[in-house]
Amino acid sequence: MATRELTIGFLPLVDACLPILAQEHGFAEEEGLNLTFVRDVSWATVLDRLLYGHTDASHMIAPLAIATTLGRGRPPQKLVAPFVLGLNGNAITLRKELAEQVCEPGRFGDPREVGAKFKLQADAALKAGRKLRLGVVHRYSSHNYKLRYWLAECGVRPDEDVEILTVAPPFVADALANGEIDGACVGEPWNSVCVERDVGTIVLATAQIWRRGVEKVLALREDRLEAKREEVEALIRAMRKTGAHFVDPDNFDMNARVLASEKYLAADEKLVRRSISDRLVLAHGAEAVHFPDFMFQWSEAANFPWISQACWLYSQMVRWDQLTYDVADARAASQVFRPDVYRNAKSGTMGPLPAANSKVEGSVTQLTQVGTQQGSITLSDNRFFDGRTFDPEDVEGYLASLP
Amino acid sequence: MKIAIVDESAARASIIEEGLAEFDDREVYILTERQGLLARIEEIGPDIVLMDLGNPSRDMLEEYFAVSRAVARPIAMFVDESDDDAIAASIDAGVSAYVVDGLASNRIKPLLDLAVKRFNAFARLQDDLAEAKGKLAERETIDRAKRILMDSKRVTEPEAYAELRRKAMSSNRRIIDIAEAVVTAHDLMGD
Repeated sequence: MATRELTIGFLPLVDACLPILAQEHGFAEEEGLNLTFVRDVSWATVLDRLLYGHTDASHMIAPLAIATTLGRGRPPQKLVAPFVLGLNGNAITLRKELAEQVCEPGRFGDPREVGAKFKLQADAALKAGRKLRLGVVHRYSSHNYKLRYWLAECGVRPDEDVEILTVAPPFVADALANGEIDGACVGEPWNSVCVERDVGTIVLATAQIWRRGVEKVLALREDRLEAKREEVEALIRAMRKTGAHFVDPDNFDMNARVLASEKYLAADEKLVRRSISDRLVLAHGAEAVHFPDFMFQWSEAANFPWISQACWLYSQMVRWDQLTYDVADARAASQVFRPDVYRNAKSGTMGPLPAANSKVEGSVTQLTQVGTQQGSITLSDNRFFDGRTFDPEDVEGYLASLP
Repeated sequence: MKIAIVDESAARASIIEEGLAEFDDREVYILTERQGLLARIEEIGPDIVLMDLGNPSRDMLEEYFAVSRAVARPIAMFVDESDDDAIAASIDAGVSAYVVDGLASNRIKPLLDLAVKRFNAFARLQDDLAEAKGKLAERETIDRAKRILMDSKRVTEPEAYAELRRKAMSSNRRIIDIAEAVVTAHDLMGD
């Protein structure tokens, strides 16, 4: 029955959920697809497999798709992202003693207050001749960009006052335990693993830094997208249906079990369930805290690849790689996101579609009905914690306004 | 020429090292420990780093190469468009290579060819076919369960699949678990 095949690469993270569950629950088969998965432990390997055709598509940190297209760190190869696998879902975890200095362990603090206290700690460490060390999963990750965004706004210069280094998600708990790092910004279930092992305390969710921040995308080589356009559109439809299933509380247990299994995350089911249900235990032994938008996989057109999100990621690349803003690069970066494919896939099938491809990010402070091509979409609070807004038409002005 | 082999499998690393014996003018360093890897690399200052593709330290190492001022000469990843076939072959074999900028490509190519050969040989020794077999078995079980339902309930293939899936959803289990149950029950009934 299912004759069309797609091979998909992923890293063991909860936000690889949509393609995995699309296959496991038969939403893929309903669309005539059979998905095969290749698990890796580094993004470099996921990317190599994608570029050299071991996989058709992959779960990928959005900035890496843009960096690859722009040729940052290796010769340029065009990647495209027709689907956002989710918004947010990451957190900042600090060494326990450090966390006690910056927040009330077991609760999410206010990002500004936590940031101000963190700055005191970073300054004190600096005076003592030792920079605080923070892990991120990759230099081209939203983790890196959101962590830096928060630090910079709170007066901590990410490249001078602290040290930011790369640590693969499965090793964050070890690195905290043996003192290699003082904290990390990582996806789930790896924050919860740190809490469970009692080597770290979750202090902030990245959703507190940017309420609707773009996270992983489904990435493909541009030529592969053209060659497998029908399959990709079928996959998009299957993943939309999976999303509706994923956010239904009745399915949390089952989905946690499937994702936690040996062939996918090989993790503790109980920990996987925490992020799926937006109920995290922030400190060892504490009560779970309900943070309704911790991860965001479905509503408010969460999977729509807004051009403005790609532009924001490019702006952060310019900011932290110390590049000069370049009009041609900005255009190439924005073209990585392919709302046209998403629209085409869903046309006449299900779910509302926004009318525009781009929006001013961070500008929604209350429930707002937005124009749609079909159906209706109500966007809720999508603010950055500092109240800034990002207008994709004025990236240079935005960059000039940042600390 | 200093060659660093980074591989968490000491067995594979030594198979490659052995192959390098045919090269003159070489110093080979084998690094199997994740801990302290960057410091070791910095200390060695290799001309070329051979690393297994799936090594969990790759992102960390690439970051280090990209930003490090500590290494005198920048190390570029060996992804030179002109040599795409060689890279594709190495990725297929499961090797990634990082090369100091400026190292002559006629010195890189034979090294990489050798690594590819050795990696492939090693892979053949491994019985990682087991997993692939497991996957195949899963699909076969689902197909068999579908056929059983089609025969016994006189339904079409999509209906049979929908039946399995409905049951899986309502009982909070995976489709393969239901399919296994159907096949087992069928076998027990000794049709």
